[in-house]
Amino acid sequence: MFSNRTFNIVVPIVSVLLGLLAGAVIMVSFGYNPVAGYAAMWNGAFGDAYFLGETVRQVTPYILSGLAVAFAMRAGLLNIGVEGQVIVGWLAAVWIGSSFGMPPVVHVLVALLAAAVAGGIWGFVPGLLKAKLGVHEVIVTIMMNYIALYLSNSVIRGVLTDGEDRTGNVAETASLAAPWLRELTFYSRIHYGFIVALVMAFTMWFLLNKTTRGFELRAVGSNPFASEYAGMKVGRNIIIAMVISGGFAGLAGAMEGLGTFQYASVSSGFTNIGFDGIAVALLGANTAIGVILAAILFGTLKIGALNMPTEAGVPTELVDIVIALIILFVASGYIIRWVFLKFSKEGK
Amino acid sequence: MRRTLFLLTLVLTFGLFLAACGSSDSGGGSESSGSDSKSEEEGSGEGGNSDFTVAMVTDTGGVDDKSFNQSAWEGLQEFGKENNLEENKGYDYAQSESDADYTTNLNRLVREDYNLIFGIGFLLQPDVEKVASQFPETNFSLVDAVAEGENIASITFKEHQGSFLAGVAAANKTESDHLGFVGGVDSELINKFESGFRAGAKTVNPDIKIDVQYAESFNSADQGKLIASNMYSQGADVIYHAAGGTGNGVFSEAKDRVRGGDEKVWVIGVDRDQHEEGAIDDTNVTLTSMVKRVDIAVQDVSKQAMEGEFPGGEVVEYGLEDEGVSLARTNEEAMTEEIISTVEEWKQKIIDGEVEVPMTRDETEEYVSSLK
Amino acid sequence: MDYVIEMLNIRKEFPGIVANDDITLQVQKGEIHALLGENGAGKSTLMNVLFGLYKPEKGSIRIQGEEVNVEDPNVANALGIGMVHQHFMLVDTFTVTENIVLGSEPNKAGTVDIKRAEKEVQALSERYGLNVDATAKIRDISVGMQQRAEILKTLYRGAEILILDEPTAVLTPQEIKELTQIMRDLVNEGKSIILITHKLKEIMQVCDKCTIIRKGKGIGTVDVKDTNATELASLMVGREVTFKTDKTKATPGENALDIKNLKVKDSRGVEMVKDLNLHVRQGEIVGVAGVDGNGQTELVEALTGLKKSSAGEITLNNRSIYNLEPRKVTEAGVAHIPQDRHKHGLLLDFPIGENMVMQSYYLEPNSKRGILNFKNIYKKAKSLIEEYDVRTPDEYTKARSLSGGNQQKAIIAREVDRSPDLLIASQPTRGLDVGAIEFIHNKLIEERDKGRAVLLVSFELDEILNVSDRIAVMFDGKIIEEVKPEETDEQELGLLMAGRKSEKQGEA
Repeated sequence: MFSNRTFNIVVPIVSVLLGLLAGAVIMVSFGYNPVAGYAAMWNGAFGDAYFLGETVRQVTPYILSGLAVAFAMRAGLLNIGVEGQVIVGWLAAVWIGSSFGMPPVVHVLVALLAAAVAGGIWGFVPGLLKAKLGVHEVIVTIMMNYIALYLSNSVIRGVLTDGEDRTGNVAETASLAAPWLRELTFYSRIHYGFIVALVMAFTMWFLLNKTTRGFELRAVGSNPFASEYAGMKVGRNIIIAMVISGGFAGLAGAMEGLGTFQYASVSSGFTNIGFDGIAVALLGANTAIGVILAAILFGTLKIGALNMPTEAGVPTELVDIVIALIILFVASGYIIRWVFLKFSKEGK
Repeated sequence: MRRTLFLLTLVLTFGLFLAACGSSDSGGGSESSGSDSKSEEEGSGEGGNSDFTVAMVTDTGGVDDKSFNQSAWEGLQEFGKENNLEENKGYDYAQSESDADYTTNLNRLVREDYNLIFGIGFLLQPDVEKVASQFPETNFSLVDAVAEGENIASITFKEHQGSFLAGVAAANKTESDHLGFVGGVDSELINKFESGFRAGAKTVNPDIKIDVQYAESFNSADQGKLIASNMYSQGADVIYHAAGGTGNGVFSEAKDRVRGGDEKVWVIGVDRDQHEEGAIDDTNVTLTSMVKRVDIAVQDVSKQAMEGEFPGGEVVEYGLEDEGVSLARTNEEAMTEEIISTVEEWKQKIIDGEVEVPMTRDETEEYVSSLK
Repeated sequence: MDYVIEMLNIRKEFPGIVANDDITLQVQKGEIHALLGENGAGKSTLMNVLFGLYKPEKGSIRIQGEEVNVEDPNVANALGIGMVHQHFMLVDTFTVTENIVLGSEPNKAGTVDIKRAEKEVQALSERYGLNVDATAKIRDISVGMQQRAEILKTLYRGAEILILDEPTAVLTPQEIKELTQIMRDLVNEGKSIILITHKLKEIMQVCDKCTIIRKGKGIGTVDVKDTNATELASLMVGREVTFKTDKTKATPGENALDIKNLKVKDSRGVEMVKDLNLHVRQGEIVGVAGVDGNGQTELVEALTGLKKSSAGEITLNNRSIYNLEPRKVTEAGVAHIPQDRHKHGLLLDFPIGENMVMQSYYLEPNSKRGILNFKNIYKKAKSLIEEYDVRTPDEYTKARSLSGGNQQKAIIAREVDRSPDLLIASQPTRGLDVGAIEFIHNKLIEERDKGRAVLLVSFELDEILNVSDRIAVMFDGKIIEEVKPEETDEQELGLLMAGRKSEKQGEA
């Protein structure tokens, strides 16, 4: 029988290998060279400094949206509304960034704060409804997503511009752009946002694990009845959890608004940053460090995958399947765990 | 479980970084091209008779969107064949899964030393401008919007002119004097379609009723079907869509209705000839399509670039006069001689400048009130 | 001699622990065989080995004299072994019959032939005197009936050997009596029963043989008729056990808790506590006796702030605690050992050390300015764990992995350590073994002797009679009578609990 420690290392490695293998089988069976395919993915994510920069750029909002989902999850809430909170955060950051003049540093901080507040408000509504009326947060957050999307579109069209599809760029003072990093990475869109993301990951870890507030949030998430017995205010903690979760999500939007794009545009659909955040959080087991690592994995796959059709000729649809398979295997590590246990039991 | 996942990701990412370091040390020479390696252009056209290479970046619709991405790709393929280029080497496309991918894809193609790179769709405008300014030695071309830059050729179409003719055809076809327009996202570009269509229809019949609705999406067929269902139920019998994938829902609703009973409803397609989309057995609900010859434009610009006459910094506009926009006539049964002759008549008037087709809602209001 | 089941020299190890060490269990046909042991002694492990859930490292299993290899529960079922778990595995919205056939539905051309099954189930029920309505929905029948449905399920699947895991823990005294009869009927019909329990009275009443396990080791098998409860208890615990809790006479002081005209509604709005009056003095244990469902739960919840009362007055040492929030009630000096320790008492996925500060994490020295001080928290937890003899590998172990008795000890450590003015103990010994019960009773008395007021709510008459200084009988939301334990007996209490139907007519 494996010891627990080996087990915890063997299982994830096997999961990844199986995921890659399954992807390879798919590629072979459609007549493509899996080695070339994975090499292309590799090069597309880390092939040179540019791609490394782009990968970091992609990872940044994933970390924050993953934190948002994870934070709510730790308090026992499923925040499907991260997507909408990302959108309002993006809008708020660009609004502050493009419509106001402020000194450097201050401007970007105010814009980030605005994004967090906007996301927080978007999280507050479902939190309040859950706490006071018992309305399930999943339903409310899904609806809030649509409200965010269309509200943002109409604000861009009607308030921030005069009927145009895109706002102007945010002011230099509000931009997260890191020119020297960009130059270093052949003009990738890497920006200072990754520092924000890492700081927030630390914040989440500290808040949840080191503070009395975090103790309450985790307690409520783990067992609301016992928390009530212990004198904690379950409803208030639900609201706080949703607000903070929304704040993280809002910052994820700010990464796009102040970093990657530097503007906000009328969008015909969701950004998917929030939805992918659900997968990131699950994969990262709702811990801060886990979310960072899962976000890196996701970002790598996303950016690397773009190169597969160009370099290895694997069609986009197939690439999507391969990526999905890898994530599936990674996420279902417990199946592999189960198989191991089964075998080790048989063996005795 | 928690620990497992943690370790898993740790191992994986650590591995990735290790290998990343490794590859950048031993690095493939051809891969590590920055902007400085632009001058060497030998690596590309082994299979062709030319060194010229060309590629395009789709918007999120992808090359099988049955619309302008597909049309552009068909144009590139045509161009590739004519010049004996090899797919994936001489000409290629990169598909974008989200807005954030545009820049990445443009950059990647730059790094693979393509001489000319198309950005398909107005959504790519800021990305094309930015990347073009960073790589002044590569030529770019943006379809459907105007981008600023010495190395960018902007390709636009006079969609309002084509849409005007679609409006004329629709107004002649309708029996209920009630039309519908389904837009993708409410934006400057799609407003051109709406404006032209309304102007054309009102020109034929100033009292005609036109429902206008935007789905706020280019790829939700379900929305399109819902909107079409509403419009048809309220009496519209011809719907013109400028909504990309959302328009597929309009076709589906129209076909359901024709299949289900005696209803006689029509759809006017957009961008490509969407005749296939409307086929049911031996009949077809596609009245016509407002064809934007993105393929021709892409081929034209490619050819000019290959011959060293790249129209950098210019706006190349395609309209009725050069067949850049036109009405399809595939459905001969529905597009009667009478309709075609009326359409031709107005086409000539537009080309001759007798009619100034409006491009925005304000202009349309003005135009319509001048008809009365 | 013919045994239906023989488990010979079974040894089962888990990393770091030997859960079963050379245990032998031999059950004859037609006998009720008790498996006695403290919580965590290894009873469940042994039964899981028999059921094919664990593979033993050593030893063999014989069924009807033949050596078998029980690979999984399906094999166990096929061999005629059926298990009735402590927590029922029933689908609430299905009928009794549907639950019974679930997984082995009788087919009729691809559809479930439920009518046929109903007839079969009804016939089985009558044959063994189970009296279950085969067509009733599970959620509409009592816990006792649900248990019988579980028993029927095993019989329906042809079980010859029934394993009953703590079957009386959830039953009322009346239901226990009926279950005893059912077990007798079953063995008369030739079935064999293994009864997992730590209730000595039951063993003495119903069992033929008793196998005792202590700390994973088989202590031996005794004939019940040759032994007595005290001997069994010392075999199980490994030392002398006294049943009568030693206590001096109470010296009650002033009124601590005063409840006047209290009214509480349950979540559906039905009034469960109706105009209740009760007081508890300092240095006194008041036992609230009553059949479950007469408002005890609501009373405790109202006292502790978990539920709002609709009318009345509650004071503790002359300060009102009526309708305060739970935290304010705690801060006012009330400690509460909750009835359901898993639902209310513990954060099962948190370390036991952090469970110790569930109500005091926000106070110094556990935290300062909102930042937790884990060093202090765990230091305190460690000393509590030692003081209250909570058996756990360390203070960082998750509460979930402790045995029930040790979980309860941890809760008591936490509650008592706060030196409360009033200690409310709701069913504090439910599901615990003799050793743990003894420990807890002594702690309650210790608290009393320190001059604190103790309110004990229990459905166990033994406990009420043993521990209380004064007994308040609760029926239909009211205290209908107060009696002294030395002036009453189970008989009288039973009648009172049934609403004092009559003074001398049968048993309640």
